[in-house]
Amino acid sequence: MTSIGTGYDLSVTTFSPDGRVFQVEYASKAVDNSGTVVGIKCKDGVVLGVEKLISSKMLLEGSNRRIHAVDRHAGMAMAGLASDGRQIVTKARSEASSYRSFYGEEVPIGELCERVAHYVHLCTLYWWLRPFGSSAILGGYDRDGPQLYMIEPSGVAYRYFGAAVGKGRQAAKTEIEKLNLSEMTCRQGVIAIAKMTRPLSWR
Amino acid sequence: MEPMACQWTDAPHSMGTTIMAVEYNGGVILGADSRTTTGVYVANRASDKITELTDNVYLCRSGSAADSQVVSDYVRYFLNQHTILLGRLATVKTASTLVKELSYQNKSFLETGLIVAGWDKYEGGSVYGIPLGGTLLRLPFATGGSGSSYLYGFLDQAWKSNMTQEEAEALVVKSISLAIARDGASGGVVRTVTINEEGVQRKFYAGDKLPLFHEEIAPRPTPIHAN
Repeated sequence: MTSIGTGYDLSVTTFSPDGRVFQVEYASKAVDNSGTVVGIKCKDGVVLGVEKLISSKMLLEGSNRRIHAVDRHAGMAMAGLASDGRQIVTKARSEASSYRSFYGEEVPIGELCERVAHYVHLCTLYWWLRPFGSSAILGGYDRDGPQLYMIEPSGVAYRYFGAAVGKGRQAAKTEIEKLNLSEMTCRQGVIAIAKMTRPLSWR
Repeated sequence: MEPMACQWTDAPHSMGTTIMAVEYNGGVILGADSRTTTGVYVANRASDKITELTDNVYLCRSGSAADSQVVSDYVRYFLNQHTILLGRLATVKTASTLVKELSYQNKSFLETGLIVAGWDKYEGGSVYGIPLGGTLLRLPFATGGSGSSYLYGFLDQAWKSNMTQEEAEALVVKSISLAIARDGASGGVVRTVTINEEGVQRKFYAGDKLPLFHEEIAPRPTPIHAN
């Protein structure tokens, strides 16, 4: 599965002969090896779930959350390096807030996703920055209804009805595909998500 | 004797003005007079003080003609980009917020009172008043300009909520006519713009189409007494 760059992977500003930027791909590896994060778009909203990783029995329960509110109508769940994820959330909050000040209304989720993706991509363009080692699953509800997006370390962002990243993503994706999301309410969605992230532990 | 023309023609263009906008059942109606003055000289007796910001949102301008035009140009530019980005029509609230930001952040440089009104599918018709300092206030109806002073009492009595388009239009035309009758800085014709779900409709009322009030009616011949 892993291919080594051999010399073309030392800098984010170097392309390999077959047109890949290895540093960005390696950043995605950080996400792939982290705790599972899942998101689904239900009939009446979006549900996000994360797998709780207990690294120490002394961690206070309820701390180290990986799902953050971005605005009153949007939230983000982070996978990968926790501190990188925090930075992305801060940026998203700032963008949502400035949109509100400037335009007098809440930021459309698609627009918010664009702005965050733009920022994440920016950090893959310069040699003196490193790519973010986090993926963000953004869920929100605006005038066009509930929406779910995922922003990857490369800066690419797509809209989904179901998304999963992290260690258990394959299993989670299989489970999501079985669900009838167009008929499902958020209440039912929470239970479905809990089952998906249950094997290890759920939040 | 020096010519007095200099003072009259060199003064900055001001729109003494009467402007107003009214929300009715289904949309909004904007109305304005058409007099632009430089001092006491009427620079333009048929100006159009109702400008388009976007397909569904229009702006009534009063105060300094230049200031109001510049604000309107900037907002049109921002809204154009916003519409493309958003993929749908901008809301009246967004347009008003942009106008307010410019007005408030540049309050020491600008002298313009504005009324933003339009229709969007979320709120229906809405009217926002943005007076001199840059306050933003959503109102069922708003007036502005020097002529508006003469309309407060009249509208207190004549305005009612949920009017039909015809009622609202008649109210706007009557109001502007009353203000024109009393305010020297307002005059010319009455222009109205109606915005609703179907779109935008501009109307033009020339002097002879406007209602007359007591002192303006031609004097009747005095009766001849018997002796």
